[in-house]
Amino acid sequence: MAAENGPTAGEYIVHHLTHLQNQPAKAVVDFSVFNLDSLFFSIALGVLMCWVLWLAARRATSGVPGRFQAAVEILVEMVESQARGIVHNANSRKLVAPLALVVFVWIFLLNAMDLLPVDLIPVIWEAIYSAAGGDPHHAYMRVVPTADLSISMGLSVSVLIVCLVYNVKIKGLGGWIHELFTAPFGAHPLLWPFNFAMQMIEFIAKTVSHGMRLFGNMYAGELIFMLIALMGGAWAFTATGIGLAIGHIIAGTAWAIFHILIITLQAFVFMMLTLVYIGQAHDKH
Amino acid sequence: MEVISFVALAAGLIIGLGAVGACIGIGIMGSKYLEAAARQPELMGELQTKMFLLAGLIDAAFIIGTGIALWFATANPFLAQIANLPK
Repeated sequence: MAAENGPTAGEYIVHHLTHLQNQPAKAVVDFSVFNLDSLFFSIALGVLMCWVLWLAARRATSGVPGRFQAAVEILVEMVESQARGIVHNANSRKLVAPLALVVFVWIFLLNAMDLLPVDLIPVIWEAIYSAAGGDPHHAYMRVVPTADLSISMGLSVSVLIVCLVYNVKIKGLGGWIHELFTAPFGAHPLLWPFNFAMQMIEFIAKTVSHGMRLFGNMYAGELIFMLIALMGGAWAFTATGIGLAIGHIIAGTAWAIFHILIITLQAFVFMMLTLVYIGQAHDKH
Repeated sequence: MEVISFVALAAGLIIGLGAVGACIGIGIMGSKYLEAAARQPELMGELQTKMFLLAGLIDAAFIIGTGIALWFATANPFLAQIANLPK
């Protein structure tokens, strides 16, 4: 290694927060940019999830279940009971309950990528990238797909689209448009612009908060793991250095244990809000 | 120098004020849950599920703020604007 200093704290964090992209973004919102690392991990974990759940369904017996089948049954029953309590239309539940199951398990798996050591996959990727002839400084890799705004907002926009479809399906296109202009304030024609504005604000606020909640939790969690890693990286044979290293182990353990709660909780909150929003599409005013 | 000191103060305020709101909110909600559980112990399990749901919702804005403040504190985006100022 030539006489090259390691990255500064800021450079380390900026390097770990950069996505592996097909091209750099030319504006704040640029839809031709694909975050290849998020795509890869979310598709891979989705396939893994479908395969594991299919394995349980394939060998399901109605006799005494084994432990794996029992575990999957507990999960499915939990989601089913929540769906039954919130969405009161049995026909809709045929789609919505599996949708909630997918949302819960997939987001839980995507979030769980945050529990891997911060540098593990990036270092492996850097080795692969340099072996394939690239510049190791540009070997970017972010392993938590839900810490990518595109994935979290993509999930919440998909839930919004399902809500809109159910709004039209249950109330009819005319009925839904009537509701857009007459709820929540009243049917008087003077109130129509206010009703419509209120409904639009409601849809936008629900979707943005749905996605941003997941994104914010995962982004902040990832950032704190990186800062704890910096504490560990600053170790040296001095009092401060050893203190920092011990502090890094304690802080890392505490934060990782707390984060196990957070990732499960955020997946559960996303699922519950999905059910609540789709349930609201079934309400008639 | 001023930009750096203002950014440091901003990061502290964001995290601090967010924490005040979130902690008071969870405190109030938790105390109501304990009261309800003491009055009607048979509802404890059902209410616990809803309590965790509310905890996730309350923590949301606070953690988003913490993420933004930590981003300012480490990979400060305002420094780039200073570098671009004409000398």
